Amino acid sequence: MTEIALALTDQASTARRARNQRLQDAVFRNATLAFALLVLLILGGVTVSLIDGALPALRTFGFGFVTAEVWNPVSENFGALAPIYGTLVTSIIAMAVGIPVSFGIALFITEMCPAWLKRPLGVAIELLAGIPSIIYGIWGLFVFAPFMQSTIQPFLIATLGQIPGIGNLFMGPPYGIGVLTAGLILGIMVLPFITSITRDVFETVPPMVRESAYGLGATTWEVVWNVVLPYTRTGVVGGVMLGLGRALGETMAVTFVIGNAHRISSSIMAPGTTISASIANEFTEAVGDVYTSSLVALGLILFVITFAVLSIAKLMLLRLQRKAGV
Amino acid sequence: MDANSPADSSRQMPPHAFSGPSGHHASVGPSHDRPIAGAGLPEKISVRNLDFFYDGYRALKSVTLPLYDRHVTAFIGPSGCGKSTLLRILNRMYDLYPKQVATGEVLLDGVNILSPKQDLNLLRARVGMVFQKPTPFPMSIYDNIAFGVRLYEKLSRADMDERVEFSLRRAALWDEVKDKLRQNGMSLSGGQQQRLCIARAIAVKPSVLLLDEPTSALDPISTAKCEELIDELRSDYCIAIVTHNMQQAARISNFTAFMYLGELIEFGNTEEIFTNPAKEKTSEYITGRFG
Repeated sequence: MTEIALALTDQASTARRARNQRLQDAVFRNATLAFALLVLLILGGVTVSLIDGALPALRTFGFGFVTAEVWNPVSENFGALAPIYGTLVTSIIAMAVGIPVSFGIALFITEMCPAWLKRPLGVAIELLAGIPSIIYGIWGLFVFAPFMQSTIQPFLIATLGQIPGIGNLFMGPPYGIGVLTAGLILGIMVLPFITSITRDVFETVPPMVRESAYGLGATTWEVVWNVVLPYTRTGVVGGVMLGLGRALGETMAVTFVIGNAHRISSSIMAPGTTISASIANEFTEAVGDVYTSSLVALGLILFVITFAVLSIAKLMLLRLQRKAGV
Repeated sequence: MDANSPADSSRQMPPHAFSGPSGHHASVGPSHDRPIAGAGLPEKISVRNLDFFYDGYRALKSVTLPLYDRHVTAFIGPSGCGKSTLLRILNRMYDLYPKQVATGEVLLDGVNILSPKQDLNLLRARVGMVFQKPTPFPMSIYDNIAFGVRLYEKLSRADMDERVEFSLRRAALWDEVKDKLRQNGMSLSGGQQQRLCIARAIAVKPSVLLLDEPTSALDPISTAKCEELIDELRSDYCIAIVTHNMQQAARISNFTAFMYLGELIEFGNTEEIFTNPAKEKTSEYITGRFG
């Protein structure tokens, strides 16, 4: 009899425990669901408030806001073309400098680096990534810009500047600060990000696949170009996009060295501005609805550009994958 | 890589440019009572007093053995006995890694490939390798084959098509893939991928094929196909195969080398090794008493 009773209480407690577990599971599931939904909520909130804040400016200037170069707080006439141009050009320069150098570093570390140098290099890159952008800013203004002004820009003007056509890009007085300087600083800033991601994905190539390519008599370059890069293209594009995202949005360092001039010059050595630099510089002095709204509208445009870049990256990956036939 | 660059032509291998004196007769062999197995056959590769060190650890101890042209030699032995290490010396794959050193001599057509003057890329083009797992490159089936060829030869489109077909036919894969050459090599099944890797190795026209447990990741049917293929390739290549599967060694090899703890215990005709081994250790291993 007692045995049966014991078994019964046992059963009852098992059932209770099962019910408890089901309840815990449900709570856990709903909690994680709520966190996930929070992401969408925040994204939606940011988008809505950006659009809402930008509406006055967009209503005043219409589509002309995006195509006009003028930026006149006194007459309250605003156009976003110069910051858009500056943002894109500095990012292009940053990528042109950052991607090859990052790939070089990552490939050296994964393919050729002697063992004793591997760790120090890796640590150095992490440290580089950890430097706050304000430090790049003051370094850029006080050290790099004077160097650009005294050495690199005169050299560029004397050489590339003399070539018809592309010479236009390298004309004008050497200011030191300007679009080119900002782009180069950005290039240095995105370097550790692209490097560490590409290095990590290069290391995912199975040693046997690598050896197979070497086994056919391929040189290191041929292995890298034909096997390692195609094998890791998703990760590589991801790393590049992360760097590009950073370059597009970087504010502090750029504000220091770009010159903050709302104009589009043919020369990349002239001062210019970017979207984020304009916002950072002017939000304190923005008086009046239209001025404030124009700055928010700039933010909206940056948001759209970043979104477009990410979408293009995704599409590119899809195309690549389809081409590869996976 | 630009296949049309002039630099490439300098790397083209003239046929037979490296065929040295081909009639090396086995003179040095493992010390046992019988005469050297296969003595009189042309030695494609002669391994002599080979030692190998992983960061100071001696993984091969004074190994001496011949690999005969147009014959299959199987390396058997328990895990860690050095058979894969030996294979990776024959195309100097170990050179990719620091702190790995080989001493002694490995003669390929009479030329010591361990010499620092040996051009590694040319060597690896002449000594093809297939690995434990299929390793298709992330590109189309066609390009998987053409990749190695383009490294050393500048072929016209038609010639390349022909070479791809030749290699795939030779690897008994042509009929299965001829309608989807543009598909990614990674979309094939495991067995097909491994035959693709064999085709890829053949395409560059090597004279030696190194197979490192080529069927260990394959199902029985794919394994049988691969073994058939190895049997066919025997007539054109010097083949060395590492295998854990003793039946496989017995089925497909002409000569067998039994290795244990970095030493070559016994080398001989496969039939003799499996029916009447000279060494106690060999007999214990092939009867499954250890390993």
